[in-house]
Amino acid sequence: MAGRTAGTVPAGLAGGASVRRRRNAELRLKVYGVTAILVAGLALFSLLGSVLYQASGAVTESYITIPVTLESDRIDPDGTGDPNVILRGSFGTLTKNALKSLFPDVTARSARRELYDIISVGAPFELAELVASDPGLVGQTIDFRFLASDVADLYLKGSFGEMTEIETRGLVSVFTHDGNAVISSSVNDFAGLVTEVKNLLLEDAKRLRVQAARQNNAVRVFERRMASAVGNEELAEAERKKNAAVAKRDGLVRDAEELEARANAVLGAEQLDRDNRSVFLRAGDGWLKITEIDATHAEGKIIVAPSIDLENSPDWSLYITDLPEAARKVSDTQIVAIEELKASGAVESVFNWRFFSSGDSREPELAGIWGAVVGSFWTMLVTFLLAFPVGVAAAIYLEEFAPRNHFTDLIEVNINNLAAVPSIIFGLLGLSVFLGVFGVPRSAPLAGGIVLALMTLPTIIIAGRAAIKAVPPSIRDAALGVGASKMQATFHHVLPLAMPGILTGTIIGMAQALGETAPLIMVGMVAFIVDVPGGITDSASVLPVQVFRWSDFPERAFEAKTGATIVVLMIFLMAMNILAIILRRRFERRW
Amino acid sequence: MYDDRTEDGAVNMKDVKLRAAAVDVYYGVPAGVKTHDIANTKGVVHAIKGVNVEIAPQTVTAFIGPSGCGKSTFLRCLNRMNDTVDGARVIGEITLDGEDVYHPKVDPVQLRARVGMVFQKPNPFPKSVFDNVAYGPRIHGLARDRAELTDIVEHSLRQAALWDEVKDYLDRPGTGLSGGQQQRLCIARAIATMPEVLLMDEPCSALDPIATSQIEDLIEGLSQDYTVIIVTHSMQQAARVSQRTAFFHLGDLVEFGDTSQIFENPQDPKTESYISGRIG
Repeated sequence: MAGRTAGTVPAGLAGGASVRRRRNAELRLKVYGVTAILVAGLALFSLLGSVLYQASGAVTESYITIPVTLESDRIDPDGTGDPNVILRGSFGTLTKNALKSLFPDVTARSARRELYDIISVGAPFELAELVASDPGLVGQTIDFRFLASDVADLYLKGSFGEMTEIETRGLVSVFTHDGNAVISSSVNDFAGLVTEVKNLLLEDAKRLRVQAARQNNAVRVFERRMASAVGNEELAEAERKKNAAVAKRDGLVRDAEELEARANAVLGAEQLDRDNRSVFLRAGDGWLKITEIDATHAEGKIIVAPSIDLENSPDWSLYITDLPEAARKVSDTQIVAIEELKASGAVESVFNWRFFSSGDSREPELAGIWGAVVGSFWTMLVTFLLAFPVGVAAAIYLEEFAPRNHFTDLIEVNINNLAAVPSIIFGLLGLSVFLGVFGVPRSAPLAGGIVLALMTLPTIIIAGRAAIKAVPPSIRDAALGVGASKMQATFHHVLPLAMPGILTGTIIGMAQALGETAPLIMVGMVAFIVDVPGGITDSASVLPVQVFRWSDFPERAFEAKTGATIVVLMIFLMAMNILAIILRRRFERRW
Repeated sequence: MYDDRTEDGAVNMKDVKLRAAAVDVYYGVPAGVKTHDIANTKGVVHAIKGVNVEIAPQTVTAFIGPSGCGKSTFLRCLNRMNDTVDGARVIGEITLDGEDVYHPKVDPVQLRARVGMVFQKPNPFPKSVFDNVAYGPRIHGLARDRAELTDIVEHSLRQAALWDEVKDYLDRPGTGLSGGQQQRLCIARAIATMPEVLLMDEPCSALDPIATSQIEDLIEGLSQDYTVIIVTHSMQQAARVSQRTAFFHLGDLVEFGDTSQIFENPQDPKTESYISGRIG
């Protein structure tokens, strides 16, 4: 070290411009490499992140516990106590009655229907099963945990925004009559809301003015056309169109002016409609939905009637939703009902075991992946049983026994080509040959398994051949040298040594097959199947097809289910790949 | 077979155990080429050119010669290991106890059971020591039960001078032994099938001098029971272990005679040059 501190630059070793160029080139290459890895890592991270975020919504499900009266004349009017009779009882009506008795002030038909929709359509069946297993409950009133509907569940998870409280300073008076309410505040507590409504009006007016300007352009075009018109007919046509455009323009301008006038007026009440954010007023123990406001007064509809009329009471609060009613699936009535139930402690959120234990359903809150998992298992079983023996046999024959000639070369090239064939082509083959000619049942794991076996076969053959080739020839020589036949040498020595490699290739091929969708769609595994398949000839779905189907459903709650299914699928794939790595590590031999 | 030999003590053998007459070996012969066309076919390598050899029973014969002279190729003809090489063609006659080993009716597997082989690089199976030795007897059905198999394994390991070193580790993998031990294990494996002839293809070239000398001692002992043919690069080794020596050069058998004669009084100038280190 001491020698280096005061040393002269070693002229012969430092190098000149060419060395510098080489160093820079090496540095650039390193930077490119690191950048590439960072980009790849970022892509992977964002993919996983978005899937996990999406899936987080399916981790829990919500239950609403409400008292339900099990009226005997609706369940078992003859008092038989027979579970089969009980199962046919009208539990849907009982559930509706239970909700109705909790919210007696919701009277409008549409509001009633919305109220019933906070509980899953599957929940009454669960109630029926409970009662059928315990007929003694008939006639009693019990607290039952009803599964919340997808809309209620999503609202509870915050998918439709939150309700935020608006600060109020005054005292409130509420007068109710006939389902409506008139509210007045001692100070201008509603002024902020009015401003917001008026701003919305100005925005609407602006939009109308843009449309009017567009109509004005049309008017000019038609005027020009009138000027250059040849013949009366053409002139009349252009004039007719011009007049229509003028009328439209003037109408739009009038509407815009009207809105602007309303917005600029100091006084005056404004309507709150579905395009405005909903405003709720809690007055005592009642809930009102505001329909019209000015700075100090409001009118509203009663959702939950307050037990007493309030006069100059401080016991009130004002809430506003994040989204207008038109922009969310959950209605105002449902929001109030859910908030009331939540406040009374009737709502609970538990881990979503149902997702892992039930089959597919049209109702998001009832849908699960167990059917798809079992379907995937049967399909993979068929694939393995077909592809593994055939693939290993082909690999052994080609590598150990086949003569080297043009014919085997051709086979080899074609096997490699087969690995590159788009998987949907295999699906078409399965459809036309296995379903069409051999009559394999449609939608069954048998059909899917055969198709996926065809797809996996080249992977297994190629991996198998590579593994067999990797067994050193000295092992074959040793076996042949002590008088083993070619077949004994292969099966006693080469194959056991090649097996970890073959299995690794097989697992990777199977993992690929597990994630495959396109060929299965062709053989009808994309059907909607509720039952969990019991065998390889039952109709079934598989995990990736489940993802494909749910991603296509309109219900918002299926988004989370789709994400969660992807996570489950990825866990399976990761487990298989880890198994392959362990096999490779553990049984890898060095000669 | 095994029992016959141990009980009788001496097996009745003719003077010639193995005979090769006018043997030619070609490599790279395309499939379907007729014998008389081979010499004119493009890309064919004439590896062995008309070799005649007679090998006496219970002797050690050494094949020496420079690299690529064909000595290993010729050795592999004797138990038809060349059959596994694509495009290899053997012409001429090789007889074991007067039987043509290349007769179409001959099963190469049966032949290899009688003509065992030890390879250049120790190549034990990745199995236990016991299973390595027991493999041959098992596939040939030489043992009626486990006890007999154990006897064969022990006897073979004793003959290979390995028993004392591995008797407590019979269930350890054979690949875990040292290089010299592995090679002796391969010898034990070869003699466990009770061959009559033992072919050794440079058995010491991957071993250190101590292991080499152990193997050489072993070969001397083995010649009591077996006809041993050894290919070697080391002239000293040939001189030490063999009674007869054959010198190959460029596919020709240049000279074949008693070892002492080859090394002390070579008849052919090429042999003399090789022995004295001028070619090779």
